[in-house]
Amino acid sequence: MMPIILRRLATSVLILLAVSVLVFVATLLLPGDPAQAILGQQATPERLAALREQMNLNDPVWQRYLTWLGGLFIGDFGVSAASGGAVSALLGERIGASLVLLVAAGAISIPVGLLLGTYSALRRGRAGDHIATGTSLVLAALPEFVIGIALVTLFSTTVFTILPSVTMAPPGEPVWNYPQQLILPTLTLVLVVTPYIIRMMRATMLEVLESGYVEMARLKGVPERQVILKHALPHALSPVAQVVAIQLAWMAGGVVVVEFLFRYPGIGQALVDAVTNRDVQVVQVLAILIAAVYIVVNLLADVVGILTNPKLRTGGAR
Amino acid sequence: MTAIDSPQLVTQETKAPPGLLRRLVAQRQAKIGIGLTAAVVLLALLGPVLLPVITGFTSTEFTGRPFQPDGVFGTDNLGRDVLSRFLDGGLRLLAYSALATLLGMVLGVLAGMTAAYAGGRVDSLIMRSNDVLLALPSLVFALLAITVLGPEGWVLVAVIGITHAPRIARVTRSATVDVITEDFIRAAEMYAVPRWKILVQDVLPNITGPLMVELGLRMTYSIGAVASLSFLGLGMQPPTADWGLMINENRIALVIQPWGVILPVLAIAVLTVGINLITDSLARAAANANVGASK
Repeated sequence: MMPIILRRLATSVLILLAVSVLVFVATLLLPGDPAQAILGQQATPERLAALREQMNLNDPVWQRYLTWLGGLFIGDFGVSAASGGAVSALLGERIGASLVLLVAAGAISIPVGLLLGTYSALRRGRAGDHIATGTSLVLAALPEFVIGIALVTLFSTTVFTILPSVTMAPPGEPVWNYPQQLILPTLTLVLVVTPYIIRMMRATMLEVLESGYVEMARLKGVPERQVILKHALPHALSPVAQVVAIQLAWMAGGVVVVEFLFRYPGIGQALVDAVTNRDVQVVQVLAILIAAVYIVVNLLADVVGILTNPKLRTGGAR
Repeated sequence: MTAIDSPQLVTQETKAPPGLLRRLVAQRQAKIGIGLTAAVVLLALLGPVLLPVITGFTSTEFTGRPFQPDGVFGTDNLGRDVLSRFLDGGLRLLAYSALATLLGMVLGVLAGMTAAYAGGRVDSLIMRSNDVLLALPSLVFALLAITVLGPEGWVLVAVIGITHAPRIARVTRSATVDVITEDFIRAAEMYAVPRWKILVQDVLPNITGPLMVELGLRMTYSIGAVASLSFLGLGMQPPTADWGLMINENRIALVIQPWGVILPVLAIAVLTVGINLITDSLARAAANANVGASK
């Protein structure tokens, strides 16, 4: 089993490297160069030359790539073209703020999704199942900003006015000091992500409940409760773990729109600002960061899959 | 007696199951989906044509002061008629989403079929490049491209199409792998039919089920992606009338003048839900040949 996990880990590292090349190539395609972008059109040639020297822009491309990549590892993310400050200073707090949102949304949507999916599968064809599958089918279709705006009109502007629609923490103060402002962004993410988990859990559970070993357990006279908890659920978890991972990874990207909608001071908002200002350094760092989260989460899901699949417990088998 | 009965029995057994589309339309859920989708598509197509008749304003004309209740649905952030902008704002969203989906389908199906049929090194090369593209969330990939190339129409279409391609390629590849081991493919190979002809004539018709489902799914995501980018202010640029952009422009006045946000949000919601209902029914029709007969 260990060799499979190690091979999977090596693949992840390779993919991350390939993504970093892809992201780095983006700067080369930009009209002009970063020095010009920072100093603006009126810069004197001498200052441009000096800044180019300082930013190592005269080095060959591969050397610049390696310097940039090395910088990422030691937390040196380069200089923002828009603000002139270090990118790491810009992003420090924001990463924390976004993580709060992601963890909260994940912590709610995973158990809720698994529970509702199982419930739906056990009540197949009855009213509860129809409500759960119908609602998740509709919610799964809606873009995240549609759900977000629906929640805003429902809870903060038009129908009820009980929750704040934008995040307004004073700069420097952590977002979790204002838990009320976290409710709507988190709820939006939960509503976007949970339907997929419900649907996958339901489908997998239905499949497992019809399998031979569940029938066997029932025929032996094992109590139904134990059949579901001990025989059916563990087998349903491994395929669902993949979907959960895809959803968690998706959140790393989807958080961009949600943060923009609620003016939440996280990396998503920073990314949109950076794209608007064409601040390539910041966009690159954030793209790599989000891709890294995405890859790590997928890796974890595969490891869960390998660990829970009995066929892979012997080293040689595939 | 048996001599009379048996021909009837035989005809009953050999009657082909209804086609994919018949099975699709037989489901109530699909009918609702088609109705919802058709309503929004008609609105988007006819809106620009009927604009002069219904409101008398163009979508970029200033008709009054900002956020006033003039006209049917009031005015927007710059004092333009909300209804006019709403009627004019759907066509571009639909066209861009359709083009992006089409591009993704063409690239994905080509890559997936090539990978499955060629096998070996070509297969692993294509699938590994897929993994790399899949490691960047599509929205982040789109934002990266827009930073470098600017928020142009063709950039939106190209970038969203490219992010769809690897996902479509995966589906195509697994469907193709199931088909190419069949005997009729072997037979075609024995007659030395060119490979591209086998792929087009023998393989493609046998994987339309999963591909149609994928098409519906990708169309939903394309609409979401194009609208999201416009909503972020990084897709369609002002003064273009567009549903996503309208939401961005008017959401500051959600309290006093909600129509500028609610109309486009509703239209996008109805459209994506409609397409998703069709896709879900399509998936059922593709997986089960008896869907239409049982209902």
